[in-house]
Amino acid sequence: MAIGWYLVVSALIFCIGVAGVLSRRNPLVILLCLELMLNAANLALVAFARMWGGEDGQVFALIVMVVAACEVTVGLGLVVAIYRRHLPVDVDELNELHG
Amino acid sequence: MSQVLFFIAAIGALAGAIGVVTLRNPFYSVLALAFHLVCLAILFLLLRAEFVAAAQVVVYAGAVMVLYVFVVAYVGGGDELAGGSALRILGPMFAIALAVELCIAMLGSALKGITSKGAPYVLGFGTPGHIGRLFLTTYLFPFEIASVLLLVAAVGAVVLARRRRGLEEPDEQLLVRIRAPRPAYTGTMAEAAGTRVAETVPPPEAEAVGAASDSREEGGW
Repeated sequence: MAIGWYLVVSALIFCIGVAGVLSRRNPLVILLCLELMLNAANLALVAFARMWGGEDGQVFALIVMVVAACEVTVGLGLVVAIYRRHLPVDVDELNELHG
Repeated sequence: MSQVLFFIAAIGALAGAIGVVTLRNPFYSVLALAFHLVCLAILFLLLRAEFVAAAQVVVYAGAVMVLYVFVVAYVGGGDELAGGSALRILGPMFAIALAVELCIAMLGSALKGITSKGAPYVLGFGTPGHIGRLFLTTYLFPFEIASVLLLVAAVGAVVLARRRRGLEEPDEQLLVRIRAPRPAYTGTMAEAAGTRVAETVPPPEAEAVGAASDSREEGGW
């Protein structure tokens, strides 16, 4: 398959992730959609690595995976802390900072 | 053959992604993401990135998804109410516009390699040996930084999610109920069996506070 097909799939997955982050309210699902966006970036990186015939893009994808794992641990820690304090697990209700 | 596999994996990945966004129950969202990750690993294999595909399945679909399932089970993923936020309509519209723009940008670009099938295959491309050599020579510094980042994230998660004592006042009614004097030889099995001396004195304050703490605190993980 031509590399362009992979890039189109990557773009579509990224946009689905964007739609999820913008429209969902559960922080767990927002974290899942962030994972989708990071994975789309990974797919594009690996596709470009295949296009150029170098492995540097794959190394980059592995580093992105490490960063995603860190983001997941801290994000889930935040969700658990929110739940322990009896606050609603809903990003629309958690507006004390008025962001 | 590879085209058929590509279309199956791509449709699977897209369906999984749509499932993550649209399913109401967060638990099903997590399962959809696991399916999406496995389909993405097939795409990585088609791009001859063996090690990345293996890491994807083992680290993502294995470890990270287990973490998600634990937290969803702990928090209890209730269905979220349909809210009247303007973002619920504007978000998908923005995403569609972004998708159109990205497709125009990529397919209309002058990159010649996009229409090709990629560089000629070299034996050993994307194997753990090649990736490992790159990690330990050219990209040694990012490798070390990644290890420090993982350590910091682990410590941060423990600090964020640890049990905090003394944040909230104990429930007043429960304290009264625990402190209420109770006649001897009523109540527990231990007294009836004679293994515990009946006490009419109220227990000390510290014990009552401990017993009155929230039931959520008991089943920590």
